Amino acid sequence: MNVGAFRAMRLILHRELSLSFRRPDQLLQPLVFFLIVTTLFPLALSPEMSLLRDMAPGVLWVAALLSSLLSIDALFKGDADDGTLEQLALSGQSLSVIVIAKTIAHWLVSGAALVVMSPLVATALGIPVDAFATMMFSLALGTLTLSWLGAIGAGLTVGLRRGSVLLSLIVLPLAMPLLIFGASATDRAIGGESPAGALYFLASLCVFTSSLAPLAASAALRITLE
Amino acid sequence: MGGYARFVWPSISLAIGVLIWNIWSARRHHARALLRATRAVAMARSEEQ
Amino acid sequence: MWTWFYRLASPPHVYRTAAALTPWFYAVAAVLIGYGLVDGLVFAPRDYQQGDAFRIIYVHAPSAWLSLFAYTTMAVAGAIALIWRIKVGYAVAAAAAPIGASFTLSALVTGSLWGRPMWGTYWAWDPRLTSELILLFLYFGVISLRQAFEDPARGDRAAALLGVVGVVNVPIVHFSVTWWNSLHQGGTVMRLGKPEMPGSMLWPLLAMLAGFMFFFGAVLCMRVRGEVLNRERQSTWVREAVKS
Repeated sequence: MNVGAFRAMRLILHRELSLSFRRPDQLLQPLVFFLIVTTLFPLALSPEMSLLRDMAPGVLWVAALLSSLLSIDALFKGDADDGTLEQLALSGQSLSVIVIAKTIAHWLVSGAALVVMSPLVATALGIPVDAFATMMFSLALGTLTLSWLGAIGAGLTVGLRRGSVLLSLIVLPLAMPLLIFGASATDRAIGGESPAGALYFLASLCVFTSSLAPLAASAALRITLE
Repeated sequence: MGGYARFVWPSISLAIGVLIWNIWSARRHHARALLRATRAVAMARSEEQ
Repeated sequence: MWTWFYRLASPPHVYRTAAALTPWFYAVAAVLIGYGLVDGLVFAPRDYQQGDAFRIIYVHAPSAWLSLFAYTTMAVAGAIALIWRIKVGYAVAAAAAPIGASFTLSALVTGSLWGRPMWGTYWAWDPRLTSELILLFLYFGVISLRQAFEDPARGDRAAALLGVVGVVNVPIVHFSVTWWNSLHQGGTVMRLGKPEMPGSMLWPLLAMLAGFMFFFGAVLCMRVRGEVLNRERQSTWVREAVKS
């Protein structure tokens, strides 16, 4: 029985989401981490609202980056440990299909959730309401790109002991351009200027990464599984 | 150096230092590889006998 | 004609050829760098705006150029190894990484020392400096990833893939000064059209650039020999090679 690629993707997506929701505590951890990290900055730097507003885009983005990294480690690990990954690889479906489905599932429960939570955090950091749309849009694009980059890193490090530190070491330099433009977009929106340029750049980064990352991540998995 | 000596000379020395490090490191790397290869060959030979 | 290509992929051939090339590369590099340093540091005229501080260019620009060239070499060698399964590619990629990282560090520090008199600061978060710093992190990532695997063959493949993924940063570093409003000066040599520098300043710079390239060739050859030995320890040709 030949399962088409889209159907396979939907099945895997459904499986990933069901598995995630079965462990709601694990689902919430990155989100709580996001909240905690954003809290650290006002505590460590300054609780002054006007000062917070200046660093708010950066704080938001760094926190999103770090909490995304935290959860990406588990993208392939669970399935690699119990042999499911090999079964999926042997199933005849292209590895890209599996990578795409898993990464989108990961983004839905981490990045998308962060985007939903961001107005809350933004208020705490003094970001004005009219910047919210830009902020959420840039975070949506950015976290999706991060999930793709993380998938490449996860694919490369899945079999390694202490792979999670190496994962961060690999993904963070690749994510730096993202950070620059994402924070810049929100920053401009706060300042009342048009964030269009930065948003276009973010969007192109997202498209570029979305098209190439599945290839890279499946190549990485093939290296691991051989 | 027109007053800029304290920037120019450390830069030049660092760059030359990096060149020297590269030569030293490459030689060391090759020497160790050669040592390990010699040992591997010797072991293989003794196993054959 | 293809025999030339096949030989290029053969480890013993690479081992011997690298050995033969190394002294020549060193000799040419020594002459070029020797001339470049003397002419650049002593005889080249002082810059109108920067005074003698501009002389740092004679080590900074070659280092930066080499940091990009080494990464590209590493990425291309890794890609060739991954796509066509030519094992020697992994040896070249592994050899290029530490060399490139050292030159990236050199570029960053010499650039920082030049920045102090020129811009008033040791560091600025401008696109070129930032992307060059990212390049350093990428080098560390590739080197660490290769060493993290217990199976060296798997480590080679993973590191090669990561090298290819990261190569997207190389054009970013190079074009950052044209794409963005950068503190760093724009391209004076590596651009279409005539370079903007007067000849007396340009020749030593070109000599240094070429000299560093030959130096890279020499050191790469030496390291590749070591890397090939490490990977081919069990092969029969190695027995003959280690006797000499």
